[in-house]
Amino acid sequence: MTKQAVAIRQLEAGPRNRETVDAWVACHSFPIVEGSAITFVWRGDAEAVHLKHWVYGLPSSQQLQRVADTDIWYLVLALPPESRVEYKLEVVRHGHGEWIQDPLNPNRARDPFGANSVAHGAGYQIPEWVRHDPSAAPGILDELSFDSSTFGRRGFGIYLPRRFRRTRRYPLLIVHDGHDYLRYASLATVLDNLIDRLEIPDMVVCLTSSPDRLVEYASDERHARYLTDDLVPHLERLFPLDAQPQTRCLMGASFGAVAALSTAWRRPGFYGRLLLQSGSFAFTDIGDRNHRGPLFDPVVRFMNEFRAEPTAVSERVFVSCGTYESLIYENRSLSPMLQGTGMDVRFVEARDGHNWENWRDRMREGLSWLFPGPLLLIYE
Amino acid sequence: MPTPVVLLGPQHVSIDAHLVLRDLGITGRIALITAGWQEREDDDAALIAGLGVPAVNLRLHARAEEVFAADAPLREAYKERQELLRHLQTFYRVRLDHTDAAAHAISVRHVEPELLAQEWQVSVELFRQLDRDHLERCRAIHTSFETRWQLGTRPVVARHRRELGELVSGAAAVVIAGGHVASLLNRLKLFDIIGLAAGKPVLAWSAGAMVLTDRIVLFHDFPPYGSDLAQVLDAGFGLVSDLVVLPDPRRRIRIDDHAAIARFTQRMAPSTCLALDHGAVVIIEGSRILRGAAEKLTTTGQVDTNWAGVGP
Repeated sequence: MTKQAVAIRQLEAGPRNRETVDAWVACHSFPIVEGSAITFVWRGDAEAVHLKHWVYGLPSSQQLQRVADTDIWYLVLALPPESRVEYKLEVVRHGHGEWIQDPLNPNRARDPFGANSVAHGAGYQIPEWVRHDPSAAPGILDELSFDSSTFGRRGFGIYLPRRFRRTRRYPLLIVHDGHDYLRYASLATVLDNLIDRLEIPDMVVCLTSSPDRLVEYASDERHARYLTDDLVPHLERLFPLDAQPQTRCLMGASFGAVAALSTAWRRPGFYGRLLLQSGSFAFTDIGDRNHRGPLFDPVVRFMNEFRAEPTAVSERVFVSCGTYESLIYENRSLSPMLQGTGMDVRFVEARDGHNWENWRDRMREGLSWLFPGPLLLIYE
Repeated sequence: MPTPVVLLGPQHVSIDAHLVLRDLGITGRIALITAGWQEREDDDAALIAGLGVPAVNLRLHARAEEVFAADAPLREAYKERQELLRHLQTFYRVRLDHTDAAAHAISVRHVEPELLAQEWQVSVELFRQLDRDHLERCRAIHTSFETRWQLGTRPVVARHRRELGELVSGAAAVVIAGGHVASLLNRLKLFDIIGLAAGKPVLAWSAGAMVLTDRIVLFHDFPPYGSDLAQVLDAGFGLVSDLVVLPDPRRRIRIDDHAAIARFTQRMAPSTCLALDHGAVVIIEGSRILRGAAEKLTTTGQVDTNWAGVGP
């Protein structure tokens, strides 16, 4: 146990009756953060309790130990500063394990599969710009659909800045899995706040979603055609867009990032900005077999082809990835390669995993770097 | 006879421009420019009240919108020019970033300090060269645009210039507020306001002060994406020469980063770099600084809070 885990040692050292345990629980917030030591705690009767997490590099299941003569279970992990870790607890009773959210920890992160508990390491703070700011005028969200030549009828969401005017021209940001970004990464609030603070310009944001994302996003020519030949022209007819490469951005996370990069690769020069988060950029150095499964086969083919002959498919590319994701290696190796093509590339790592709040927390830096707002030009 | 040009610190927290107007004996109606506020241009009641003199807002932003709505060929040409300027700015930034990266790479080499100092001077000269080239290219684009389009002969522009000429000629002074510096610069150019204001006292703050200098330098040490290099935006009107004006330094400059300040001021030399915080006043007549109360950033990276206009 790390020397910093004082709280749990105090419990172990003192009298361990129900009253003292109740008092100990009442005077702590959980998990207990003491410098780099994070103490996960569960209280109750069980045969075993495990911490389940997705931190690449650590065992994904670790057993909690019981404080003798109590119903307190704990595990101390050393986490670097500013870490953010999503987890569940597995409580084993009657030989059956049940995954639960940590009842002692109010912090939750939602995703399409439900919600996880979240441990905030020392120094991590939820950025204030992801919280609703009543002084920031909210943008207008709408749902539209159109008949595309590639996929037939498709719906998409649209975000218009509050000060939207038909007489102005706007940059276009296309967000893969855009509705999930809205639900799980506070996209609308982030846009409202960054626009209000002049950190990004007013922009039109298109939220795309795919009924078959693992196929369409995996470097599928049809997807590039859908975006470039169907959706963008349709949006340019509907809205006053600037319609220049440098004001056209593709954004996505995970397979969505693959969709963004592979689309730009198929239509070089059309998308001048790319925001790639935790891209599933699997590749092989020899042979074509990958350890991630057949869904990744088309991704590997694309990445291997791109790596064999990297070219400047865009102008500015922002790449982010969590250091606790297995994909960190692919993303780390991608960035210098992109840079070598002459594109302007910024790569950012965060002590976080493959999850929506990691992607949320990186949006300010990514969007404001790709689309610097009028902040630099305004001197009041 | 020279008339004063007055550069002030920001006025959005408290207005002190009225004190300077009083000191200069200006009590009559002034011509006010708030075009840097763009669509909020008309939201000037509090400012006018704070200035304490009658004012007529020249409404340059709205007038420009009228021009572009009425003169489609000019609008399209203007748009193309702005597009070209944006491209040039981007390419200049790429070169600046690479020059900065090279300067940094050299600065961390383990060689004699004298050699590093020499190398830094080479880097400074490269930065200056990039700044000069960018400024020249911007000037050339403006000259070409003005030659091609003869703005004064465009009927709608000419009408507005006539109206503005009357308003300015009857004003005791021209007062230019801050805001969006590029937008302000462009509208002042479109209506030739500095030409119309010849012989009038001009008071300006923040972006307004920047456009009166001979080069407009953008700066922000705390951008949301981490860090940024200062960059020349364009040539200003040159009513004030050899000054680089840096408004609102407490919010925009890492004032305790002496090395960064030294790098910046050496790059800008021989111009004097003046941080214009709240309460700053610089009164210039011709090439003479009559009165100065501002902070000078020195080439050694210090902030001279007692700068009073002697020097530079």
